[in-house]
Amino acid sequence: MQPFSFHRPTSLDETFSLLEQHGDEARMIAGGTALVVMMKQSLFTAEHLISLDRVPGLSGIRGEADGLHIGALTRHRELEMSPVVRSAAPFLAEVYSHVATVRIRNQATVGGGLAHADPNQDPPAAFITLEARVKLVSRNGERLVPVAELFSDYYETVIQPGELLTEVIVPPVAPGTRTAYLKFLPRTEDDYATVAVGATAQMQGGVVQKLKVALIAAAPTALSATVVEDQLVGKSVTPAAIRQAAEAVEAIVDPLDDFRGSSSYKRDMAVVFTRRALERVLQDGA
Amino acid sequence: MSDRVMVSARINGESTDFLADERDSLLEALRERIGLTGAKEGCNNGNCGACAVMLDGRLVNSCCVLALEVEDAEIVTVEGIAAEDGLHPVQQAFLEEAALQCGICTPGFIVASKALLDINPDPSEHEIRFWLAGNLCRCTGYDKIIRAVQRAGEMMRNGSHA
Repeated sequence: MQPFSFHRPTSLDETFSLLEQHGDEARMIAGGTALVVMMKQSLFTAEHLISLDRVPGLSGIRGEADGLHIGALTRHRELEMSPVVRSAAPFLAEVYSHVATVRIRNQATVGGGLAHADPNQDPPAAFITLEARVKLVSRNGERLVPVAELFSDYYETVIQPGELLTEVIVPPVAPGTRTAYLKFLPRTEDDYATVAVGATAQMQGGVVQKLKVALIAAAPTALSATVVEDQLVGKSVTPAAIRQAAEAVEAIVDPLDDFRGSSSYKRDMAVVFTRRALERVLQDGA
Repeated sequence: MSDRVMVSARINGESTDFLADERDSLLEALRERIGLTGAKEGCNNGNCGACAVMLDGRLVNSCCVLALEVEDAEIVTVEGIAAEDGLHPVQQAFLEEAALQCGICTPGFIVASKALLDINPDPSEHEIRFWLAGNLCRCTGYDKIIRAVQRAGEMMRNGSHA
């Protein structure tokens, strides 16, 4: 690991000062489960590492009128086990339970994972389909960005220099919303997915009122599959319509060849798992 | 630029000060600065669980935590699990069920298994297997480890301290 200077600010103000002072040479560390490994492998170096550990107000989960507010430093396991999350958005807790192992979930943080922007990570499948937004705070103010628009490329986000992701806001989940998260794991339970699909839907009288679909591990970023949604919303559900809509993901996925499958295999599996997720949220007892 | 930094934490119940290189992982600090070599380095990238320790009551991989981040934290390693008068039931059960061969993964399994039994005294086989996903053993094939955890759970429920 390359040497670095370690900073431990105790306020947001001090954090912004350090970011201004050190610019591109500074990076923030939260749980560290991804960053420490990348630094060991020299995939990533920082002259200045800013620990967010002592910055107050960045952790914890609150239920409010506009939805769940999840602090960026909330650990994965805390979210997964939270009674507030399990009652207001059980789908979110379910998806988090699929991340890596409990050893990682006990340390990794919600905001750290999103800022890391690894396209193989599970949580965006829930956040995108639940229409969550992140709050990005800087010295000059704050802005809200939908998680569906947070990721710009492989390990890249739209977070600007001087900005800090402070919380995720998950709007209230409408009663009767059906959800599914299908993670294709041909190897081991704690692996990254070969491909994974999240879906949420509201149905009325066999007609799709609302549908959100997201794909994980299928492209350089988590994907919001609006091409699928557009084909089905407002329509009556038939097996043929579901099959046809699922095939639309072929055009938007761009998977990498790796030991979890070839690019063309993952492309095929993206269609298969999208179809199965749609069947799960649109068909059974709908 | 690579300065040593003094870190203070409670390790296995004792206040401990140590000088860490800023680049040290908690695992490296435990093994090389403090001399607690129970936690093992397997993969050094968060996959194998051989370095598992308790950090403020959370089971974590110590290879993925910076040593500087544990200032004021409470850490329990495999060295802190046995009672003064004998092995912890999890350790005793691993011996009795022959749940180890080469032993490199064992400290991680012991720490992880105790963490499970402390929050779930009577886990199903399914729960044990899911919890221990992330502790890799290349010798035993896991069945003996699962049996050891079940037996340790029995011993703990019956109030046996082995």
